[in-house]
Amino acid sequence: MIRLIVLLMVLAIPAKAETIVLGLSHDRVSITATFEGSEILIFGAVKRDAPMPDTGDLGVIITVAGPAVPVTVRRKDRRLGIWVNTDNVEVSAAPTFYAVATSSPMNEILRDVEDLRYRVTIPRAIRSVGALVSDSETFTEALIRIRADQDLYQILEEAVDVEQDTLFRTSIALPANLTEGDYVARILLTRDGRVIDEYTANIPVYKVGLERWLFNLAHENAFLYGLMSLSIAIAAGWLASAAFSLLRR
Amino acid sequence: MQIYLPIAEVSVNAFLLLGLGGIVGILSGMFGVGGGFLMTPLLFFIGIPPAVAVATEANQIVASSFSGVLAHFKRKTVDLKMGTVLLVGGLVGSALGILLFNYLRALGQVDLLVKLCYVVFLGIIGGLMFIESLNAIRKSKKPGAKVTRRRHNWVHNLPLKMKFRVSGLYISVIPPLVVGVLVGVLAAIMGVGGGFIMVPAMIYLLGMPTKVVVGTSLFQIIFVTAFTTMLHATTNYTVDVVLAVLLLVGGVVGAQIGTRIGVKLKAEQLRILLAILVLAVCGKLAFDLLVQPSELYSLGMDGHA
Repeated sequence: MIRLIVLLMVLAIPAKAETIVLGLSHDRVSITATFEGSEILIFGAVKRDAPMPDTGDLGVIITVAGPAVPVTVRRKDRRLGIWVNTDNVEVSAAPTFYAVATSSPMNEILRDVEDLRYRVTIPRAIRSVGALVSDSETFTEALIRIRADQDLYQILEEAVDVEQDTLFRTSIALPANLTEGDYVARILLTRDGRVIDEYTANIPVYKVGLERWLFNLAHENAFLYGLMSLSIAIAAGWLASAAFSLLRR
Repeated sequence: MQIYLPIAEVSVNAFLLLGLGGIVGILSGMFGVGGGFLMTPLLFFIGIPPAVAVATEANQIVASSFSGVLAHFKRKTVDLKMGTVLLVGGLVGSALGILLFNYLRALGQVDLLVKLCYVVFLGIIGGLMFIESLNAIRKSKKPGAKVTRRRHNWVHNLPLKMKFRVSGLYISVIPPLVVGVLVGVLAAIMGVGGGFIMVPAMIYLLGMPTKVVVGTSLFQIIFVTAFTTMLHATTNYTVDVVLAVLLLVGGVVGAQIGTRIGVKLKAEQLRILLAILVLAVCGKLAFDLLVQPSELYSLGMDGHA
C-alpha cells in the first residue's frame, strides 16, 4: 500500500528532480502492560529522474511528532513564604512527542524561512498564541526543557546516516511515557537549505489488550469501572483477612 | 520489570510499587494506621500524577480497612450506630471535598492544596503524638501517676441527643457528624482514610472507649473511601486499577509482617516511632514548599493535574 502511494506520488509530481522513497521498521506502536519504549527505524532512498544536480549540499531531516494538544505551563512564585503556581500560559498546541534528526547541523541544511514554513525545529513545532504574560517565551522554553528532560523532545543533529547521497537511515527512540495517538513521521529533503521534497507517514501509537480495555472502561463506563475497582479491593481485603486467620490457627 | 499504568500513563517499576506497598504495609501493621498518609506522598515522589495518586490510594484503603474491620466484627468492637452517624457526615464531606478538589484542579492549585493539607495535618498530629508519647515515657519512669478521668465538656451540652449503646454514650449527633464531614473532606483531598485524625477525635472529643474506636473508624472509612473512589472514577477518571492492585499485594504481605514486629515493641516506643515518621514526611513536604524548586515551571494537560 505504502509503496503504491509512493509510486503514485512519484508519478504525480514528475517536475521534481529528487523524491523520497520511505520505509519504517514499525508501521504501528502498541502500548502493552510491559511497554518500555520502542525504537523506530526510519530508512529510505532518494529517487532521481535526472542525474544528481551538483549545486548545493543534500540534507535529510526526519521528524517524528506525537499528537499536538493544548498544554498549560505554570510558573511557581514565592507567596507568603511558600512556592505556589502563579502565572500560567496556555500553549494552544504542543506535540506530546517530538524528535528531529538531521544529516548535518541544522543551520547548514535548513534556512530559517523554510523552518518557519515547514515547522521543523522544536520551538517552531509548538504553537503558542494569546499569551497574557509578557515573558511568554520563557514559558515555551520551560515546556521544551521539561519535555526534553523526559526524552519527549529530542534534537538529534547529525543522527541521520546518508550514504552516497541516496540512501538514508536513522532510528528514533520512543520513551515509555508516551501519550497515545497518531504519530507522524516526516522526511524533508533539502538542497542548499531549501526543502525540495516532503514525505509523511502515519505511525499509530495506541494502547492494546488489557491496557486498552481498562482505559476504555474507565472513560466510557466509569461507574462500572469504579465498581470493578471497589470489588477488587473488597475481595483482596477479604482474602487478606482469611489468610490472616488461617495463619493464626 | 516496568509496568505501564493505563490511567496514570506512566511506566513504573512493578517491584518498586510492590516494595512501597510492602513497606507501608509493615508500618500500618505495626502502628495500626491505614498508611494512606504515607503512601500518597510516596506516590508523588515516584512521579505518579497527584490526581491519580489520591484517587487510587482511596481505592487501596478500601481493601486494607475491609480486611481490618472483619477482625473487629469478630471481636464485636464496632459501634454500628456511631459508625453510621460518622458515615453520613463522611459522605457529605467527601462530596464537598471532591467539589473543592475539582475546582482547584481547574485553577492549577490542586498540588498546593494537597501538600498544604499534608503539611498542616501531619505536623499537628505528629507533633502532638510526639509530645504525648514523650510524656508517657517520662511518666512510666515515675510510677504512681494517675490517668485523667473522662471530662464532661461542651460536647455534652448540644441538642439532638442519641444513645450509642456499644460505646456507652448518650451524646448529641452534631459532633460525630462534624467529625465525619471533616474526615470526608480530607479523604477526598488527601487520598487518606482519615483514621489518624478520626481516632484522636473519637477518643478526646466524643469520649468513646478506646476498644471500639479503631473498629468503628475502619467501618466508616470503608464507606467513605469507597464513595470517594466512585466519585474520582466517575468525575476525573483517575483511579488506576493496575496501580491499586500492585500496591494491594505488597500492602497485604507487609501488614502481616508489621503486625508481628508490632507485638514485640512497647506501646510508647511504637507511638514515638510513628510520630517521628509522620514528622519526617511532613518535613519533607514542607521543605519542598519552602525551598526554591529547581524547576519553577510545570505542565498541565487534560487528565493530568
